[in-house]
Amino acid sequence: MPDSAALYRTVRLIRRFEERAVELVRAKQIFGGIHPYTGQEAIAAGTCAALRRDDLITSTHRGHGHVLAKGADPARMLAELAGRATGLNRGRGGSMHAADFGLGVLGANAIVGAAAPIATGAAWAARRAGSDRVAVTYFGDGAVSQGVVLEAFNLAALWRAPVIFVCENNGWATTTRTADAVAGTITGRAEAFGIPAARVDGMDPEAVLAAAAEAVARARAGAGPTLLECLTYRFDAHHTWEHTARPRYRTPEEVEAGRARDPLVIQGARVPEAERERIDADIEDLLADAVRFALESPLPDPATALDHLYADGTRVRAGAA
Amino acid sequence: MTILSYLKALNRAITDEMDRDPAVCVFGEDVRAAVTNVTAGLVKRFGPERVLDMPISEQAFTGVATGAALAGQRPLIEYQIPALLFLAFEQIANQAHKFSLMTGGQTRVPVTYLVPSSGSRDGWAGQHSDHPYSLFAHVGVKTAVPATPADAYGLLVTALRDDDPVVVFAPAGAMGRREDVDLTALAPVPLGVGRVHRPGSEVTVVAVGHLVHDALAVAEELSDSISVEVFDPRTLHPFDWQGLSDSLDRTGRLVVVDDSNRSCGIGGEILATAAEQMHLIAPPKRITRPDGAVLPFAEELDRALQPSRDQLRTAIQTVAKAGGFR
Ligand SMILES: Cc1ncc(C[n+]2csc(CCOP(=O)(O)OP(=O)(O)O)c2C)c(N)n1
Ligand SMILES: [Mg+2]
Repeated sequence: MPDSAALYRTVRLIRRFEERAVELVRAKQIFGGIHPYTGQEAIAAGTCAALRRDDLITSTHRGHGHVLAKGADPARMLAELAGRATGLNRGRGGSMHAADFGLGVLGANAIVGAAAPIATGAAWAARRAGSDRVAVTYFGDGAVSQGVVLEAFNLAALWRAPVIFVCENNGWATTTRTADAVAGTITGRAEAFGIPAARVDGMDPEAVLAAAAEAVARARAGAGPTLLECLTYRFDAHHTWEHTARPRYRTPEEVEAGRARDPLVIQGARVPEAERERIDADIEDLLADAVRFALESPLPDPATALDHLYADGTRVRAGAA
Repeated sequence: MTILSYLKALNRAITDEMDRDPAVCVFGEDVRAAVTNVTAGLVKRFGPERVLDMPISEQAFTGVATGAALAGQRPLIEYQIPALLFLAFEQIANQAHKFSLMTGGQTRVPVTYLVPSSGSRDGWAGQHSDHPYSLFAHVGVKTAVPATPADAYGLLVTALRDDDPVVVFAPAGAMGRREDVDLTALAPVPLGVGRVHRPGSEVTVVAVGHLVHDALAVAEELSDSISVEVFDPRTLHPFDWQGLSDSLDRTGRLVVVDDSNRSCGIGGEILATAAEQMHLIAPPKRITRPDGAVLPFAEELDRALQPSRDQLRTAIQTVAKAGGFR
């Protein structure tokens, strides 16, 4: 039996986190903007609910939801977005690179598709190390046309690597419709490599959890990779620059129709009202504290800008001498 | 006179060339919706056959452009972010660039690669903030980095008419520039011809791309004490060595400001060539990013690794005072 309240809590946390983050972008507290995950929360919540703490994930440019669902501290995540020294990556990564290795979050990635082989390699290594950990790699519908993703499918299938490919098909890659970019089908691409693939209702956290649990069990048992194509919709902008630039590619009718099924409402209906209210209040407090923590945290010292460039601390020449 | 923005200059160059030559076509991601605004209005005017939205398949569509060029088209590729050049690097450096020589001159590859907002673009962090023009100059792909709207127009037109692959970097730090121009006087700018933006007699500052504007500002600040000449090479490969030599004949002192990583950046090549072959009366200096820099996300860290006006001012003052070679 899925823990409906826990799933609701994760969806709610991500939704409200993103809403607060968008406010901070507007207030210029977050440098450069974000790619909001709003609308797609069921996928992060459902898949991460099927994982253990020591399992691995890689995330995308639209990655806040994955990182939070895997258990990252919202305060340190928000501090990262605000470029603070207390952030998950000490202010070095920002929205598109949030990582938390203590929780198996091998990092969000700003290059579409680039993380699929990385997750495959991590999954292979986990098995080689004798563990039964699995890796989940998230990517969008846009990524299935990157050669490296298809090359990763091939390697994962050849090696029966314990990796789950989670494609978040939200219908659009920036302004390009999935149908205008993808020949054939997304599941068909995986099936061509002998990888079992399923289409999942990516708006329903429990449907995602059920599919993910099956894929994770297969991977743990040594039966190899699975692809889940989760059908979803991006409720907000591709990136917050759209809030000012307002490119026209989706009609208001389409956006309205896309928002009609809302993972927050779907999962909320499964939780008694009193409990829901308690969770909601809890999350408001948590996020109020997170915002305060982020904004009160120190900025990184410019003299440390090259720290962590090399594992062994190798020093390099400065740009002016 | 009309105010021309850098962005509009790029758009106008493409529009004019598409009007003039039906072989010019545009490939890229989101080019119909024109998310970078560079391709605004093109699909309406020239139709979807000539303005093609691509799947996120940079390696493939870069190669497709090469093939199309071999068969008579003159594609322009817009890359949304500088890192996409890394994805497509093999197709550019090892394919498009090598056809002419390897086929014994049987063919040409007229493709233009345009990178709007190259370099750091404020808050896009490590994987979106590189400025890899030196890499292309190094492998020998023709490379232009215009600093002003008129040069952006002129160099992009020239790139589109050139029979070789040409990469045009439009630095994020220059994309907001505007300039009062006579639109009828806009003209192609030849590759390999630099431009003296400000004449001076004591120190030559070679500035690349957006840094030209920083160099001009610093030259102005220092004008009471030091006479600074600002030389903009405009193209890094081919490079206007004669223009640089002429400038150094006047000043004998050199500072280069270059948004490349220090080791193996174009700034090093400029210093080396000047030291080998030109008139220098004092040791030259360069301001660059650090060796192998990865730009961190936070604003103050990102800024700390890019060439700054303070660094440039200090370098000019040091070189101006330096006692000279013995
Ligand atoms: C390889 C690569 N090409 C282009 C980009 C620019 N870009 C960033 S997100 C994006 C669209 C991605 O679409 P999709 O994979 O469907 O994810 P979504 O944004 O819909 O979540 C593009 C083209 C990039 N970051 N990496
Ligand atoms: Mg998408």
